[in-house]
Amino acid sequence: MKLTDINLRDKGAAIWEGWDRPRRTIFVIALIALVGIMPFAGNFSFTSILDTPISSYQDVLVYPIGMFVLMGLGLNIVVGKSGLLDLGYVAFFAIGAYTMAILSTRTHLNAWEILPIGMGLAMLSGVLLGLPTLRLRGDYLAIVTLGFGEIVRIVTLNISVTGGTNGIARIPNPPAIGPLKFGLMNSVNFFWLVFAMILLVIWMIRRLSVRRPGRAWEAIRQDEDVAMLMGVPTLRYKIWSFSIGAAVGGAAGVIYASKVMVIAPQMFTFNVSVLILSCIVFGGMGNMWGVVFGGVILAYLPERIRFITDARQLVYGIVLVVIMNVRPDGLLPRKKREKIKAKTGAKNV
Amino acid sequence: MNFSVLTSQFWSLCLSGLSLGLIYVLISLGYTMVYGVLRLINFANSEIFMVGTFATVWVETGLTGHTSNSNPLHGFQLVYTLLFALVVSMLASGLTAIAVEFLAYRRLRARGTNRLASLISAIGMSIILSESARILTHSRPQASPRLMEKTSFGHIAGANFRIDTVLVVISALLMFFALDRFVNKSRLGKAIRAVSMSEENAKLMGINLNRVISVTFLIGGLMTGAAAFFFMTVYETTKFNVGFNLGLAAFTAAVLGGIGNLRGAFFGGIALGLLETMSAAVLGSQWKSVTVFVVLVLVLLVRPNGIFGEAIQQTRV
Repeated sequence: MKLTDINLRDKGAAIWEGWDRPRRTIFVIALIALVGIMPFAGNFSFTSILDTPISSYQDVLVYPIGMFVLMGLGLNIVVGKSGLLDLGYVAFFAIGAYTMAILSTRTHLNAWEILPIGMGLAMLSGVLLGLPTLRLRGDYLAIVTLGFGEIVRIVTLNISVTGGTNGIARIPNPPAIGPLKFGLMNSVNFFWLVFAMILLVIWMIRRLSVRRPGRAWEAIRQDEDVAMLMGVPTLRYKIWSFSIGAAVGGAAGVIYASKVMVIAPQMFTFNVSVLILSCIVFGGMGNMWGVVFGGVILAYLPERIRFITDARQLVYGIVLVVIMNVRPDGLLPRKKREKIKAKTGAKNV
Repeated sequence: MNFSVLTSQFWSLCLSGLSLGLIYVLISLGYTMVYGVLRLINFANSEIFMVGTFATVWVETGLTGHTSNSNPLHGFQLVYTLLFALVVSMLASGLTAIAVEFLAYRRLRARGTNRLASLISAIGMSIILSESARILTHSRPQASPRLMEKTSFGHIAGANFRIDTVLVVISALLMFFALDRFVNKSRLGKAIRAVSMSEENAKLMGINLNRVISVTFLIGGLMTGAAAFFFMTVYETTKFNVGFNLGLAAFTAAVLGGIGNLRGAFFGGIALGLLETMSAAVLGSQWKSVTVFVVLVLVLLVRPNGIFGEAIQQTRV
């Protein structure tokens, strides 16, 4: 058996199909609980290998791991589901983060009130960017979105309200919800917050996937001309996909800004877009679990190997090239599962 | 906003825009040739350019034995140093391009996988190249020695015709036309065009696909390497991440003219060079990439395939 033939995704899907409802519920609850206690996993001597050299393991769980998984899921709606290559996803992250930074330092709004505003602004910019550019195809869209990402960064560098190179400091943490405090020392609570958002996004994507938008996106990805001929309003659904993806990025940005408390333009470079995109392709495009898996690995790996500080990015590049050559469909690919479904005639889940 | 610059320094802005634009033209050939044949963005091209600049620095410091600009060369020595640096830079970039094709594209192409996989592996290659350069140079910028005295031919129509700018303009134009003739007239060029029209049919006609694709990468790399040499002649410093901005601009130029189209890349590159120089003079250099992208979006709105772009099926390299 060749390395490329191993498809964990199909095995998992087959097992899942075989289960009845109570068993599925128990499994999901157990999984959520297991991920929920992950911040404490680094506390024992034998698990201290999880600790990363510079930041603590719990911080790493929030950023980059949690954030990257969240943004990977958001970008996956655009790239994986609808097949639109977006190379400037970091723009929406930046818009969310700067909304939080500007509003919280100049008004009395707190993070929870700014969250919908940040998402709304990111969505709006997604629509404004999408209207002219989503008529373009593939690679032209890629360069325009890449340019948009750079424009947002350059604008934040050069106008006064965003503080230029220095960025914005003293961004307040979100106020406590009940007993859950969100301070400098409460990484665990932040992790739970991000985890809850991830669950929400997963739930949203699962719902959307089986309904009209999901089917429209799938049709657009497979063949846009045919989709249009079959009466799918392609531009409208592409803009939807773009703006929903943008909203997720904006939400991640708001939470990120309130966690790190200082933001500056150099946090929102093209590299972040590339990193998120590689999470998706690495894990398995279009497949949510693949994205989660890819996000966890690609976010954790550079932190874990910080001890080889200098060659860190180099190793990262080598990993990307090798994995893409060995498993071009990602670690947990989608394609074969669809084939199996078509073969066995299993109904759509 | 300073529009008076446009009238007072119009011709010198044009000249520097032209030399920058021609550098973009040569880099964008690395993108557009590969795109024409594979329909893939060669993301590592910016790092292929970076390799070329480092090769230039290495040759020039090696041959002159100093890094400062204390004693410029003259006559025959100057000519052969420049030529040698040009050839080495082109070869270094060309070989890097072949290596990139071999490592990042060939295996994936053979298996007919999705385009994003190749994109990510190309990004991986570009990370590997730029990080290796960063580690080797300890993140420090590298300066090339000033080989020639940058004397001016004098002022013509208010523009300062400096020797290095004129040299770049003339030799880049020569290179482009040589390439254009090669692609349109030679047997190998015909094969490249055939592959870009239809891979399947080209294969049926007995064209060795792998060889043609390697050659395409090689030519794109050679042109990018030449651009790297010209860039070093005019600007004289490089850094491990020098490729990012230039590669981005060159790719924009290729898209502006219509990617996959040689003449499109030519006019797109020159237009972009002029646009960047003018907008930097009027709005300040920090806004130049913003202007460029706004113009790109506007152009694509009116002509979705670029100014000279053709429908994908009829794209000619």
